[in-house]
Amino acid sequence: MNKNTNILAPTDNEAILGILNNSESMLKRIYIAYFPMVLQLIISNNGNEDEAKDIYQEAIIVLYNKVKSGNFELSSKLKTYIYSICRRLWLKRLNQMSKYGGDIHDFQEYLPVDEDLVSHEERDIQFDKMEGALRELGEPCKTIIEDFYIKNRSMQEICEKFGYTNADNAKTQKYKCLQRLKKLFFQQK
Amino acid sequence: MSDIELLSVIERYLNGEMNADERARFEMLRHDNPAVDSRVIEHQQFTERLKQYGERVEFEGMLNAIHNEIDVQALKDEFVHHPSLIVRIWRNHHSKISLAASVAIFAVLSALFVTGYFKSLKQDDAYINLKKDVERIKQTNKSFATSISHINNHNQGAPSNYAGVGTGFALSPDGYIATNFHVVQGADSVYVQNANGEGYHAKIVSVDPASDLAVLKITDGSFKSLGTLPYGFKKGKSSLGEDLFTIGYSKNDADEPVYNKGYLSSANGLKGDTLKYQLASMDVNFGNSGGPLLDSKGNVVGVISNKIEGASYAVKSKYLLKAVQSDSLINKLSLNTKSRIANLSRTQQIDKVQNYIFMVKVYNR
Repeated sequence: MNKNTNILAPTDNEAILGILNNSESMLKRIYIAYFPMVLQLIISNNGNEDEAKDIYQEAIIVLYNKVKSGNFELSSKLKTYIYSICRRLWLKRLNQMSKYGGDIHDFQEYLPVDEDLVSHEERDIQFDKMEGALRELGEPCKTIIEDFYIKNRSMQEICEKFGYTNADNAKTQKYKCLQRLKKLFFQQK
Repeated sequence: MSDIELLSVIERYLNGEMNADERARFEMLRHDNPAVDSRVIEHQQFTERLKQYGERVEFEGMLNAIHNEIDVQALKDEFVHHPSLIVRIWRNHHSKISLAASVAIFAVLSALFVTGYFKSLKQDDAYINLKKDVERIKQTNKSFATSISHINNHNQGAPSNYAGVGTGFALSPDGYIATNFHVVQGADSVYVQNANGEGYHAKIVSVDPASDLAVLKITDGSFKSLGTLPYGFKKGKSSLGEDLFTIGYSKNDADEPVYNKGYLSSANGLKGDTLKYQLASMDVNFGNSGGPLLDSKGNVVGVISNKIEGASYAVKSKYLLKAVQSDSLINKLSLNTKSRIANLSRTQQIDKVQNYIFMVKVYNR
């Protein structure tokens, strides 16, 4: 397992390029290469493997957003960056659970990454609000909105899927759904 | 225009579904009517958010799919060394434990301070010192009583688990070493150690109790030839008053060679013992036993063996040569009779010679 992951570990430049090109295979290589490090960090600091997964995936999302926004300078190793993000996220989680004992058992050097996490938190809040609003929106609105605005399906497809007799009805329905969704979204605290 | 109609127009505009004419008119409206403009911006931002949300949901799905391919349990087993309960408790709660311990220490110290314990402790200290002095006086008395003794560290309570320490010196480059019989007497195993601290296992190949001599052979695989010996072995007698020196491992606290010098004060030992020379001003000590006695030309003239009431004694080199020749196991050794360091200064001689002088560590069963 370990040997395998070592072979798979991409160079940092390869990884960055892969992220920018939305390469799924590169995502997989990155994910597999650095998960063991994060698992070790979390389970050595009062966590379990599920928490390691959560933290790690959040860190990968932070990394992707950072790279895609063009702000990622390869001033440190990718490995160090991922470790630092996970470390920070885990410290925060420990604090929330009041499990934090005052220090953390480290395996790597790490960087201050607070700034990156501020913008991540902002995005996270938006994400949670959207998730909540969509949940409250209910069917069939939720699916119509997702199909049209997220999955880029055509109104024609949506009409057929939901059995609307004419496209205008479907369109009107879609706009009504969207207005309700906006309302729900902005109502959320 | 109703809200829904406006929304529809905005969407067509943003999606680039308008023709040039329509587009120009809408842009005009947008420019003139800030309410319409803000609706456009708001719609654009909101649909963008929806897209981001969707992308993230999709991305998380991909991450989960990848994650499911990883054998997490196997990885986990690698990292979890299953530390003992105490280690785990310490890791999880060490800050609390530390705090509790500090509080406890503080409490004890303040209690002791308040009860005046530290004052009484001082008196105790003085008492211990006094006791030690008594102990020392006892020891001194004891050493007076046993002043006739062999000068090795037998029963001296050597720092490590070896039972005794003496000195030995090379008879040949291939690892034959001379020492005193009493150094290795009763030994279970013998190690020799050079000035660099490199130790080798050795075996006793020949003993001559009558002349208190023994010959060892380094049997360790890591031992390499010593190279030509710097000193020679003197067959003849040395003269009275000759300047002599020795190097031996007489330090109690360190495995370092010690240099000592003196002079030949009598051609024979105690009560006319012809086996030995008597030496004066030679401050040999426990551990010097078996060391070479060298003259100013770098010839081995004897083997340091014992000390009686301030005088030191060394077995004459003549007997060492005899002992070697009379044992069929080692009589093939032809002892070098010519010193190669005759014209060197004393410090240069010492420098050359000390690599051929070993600490002999004896282990008893």
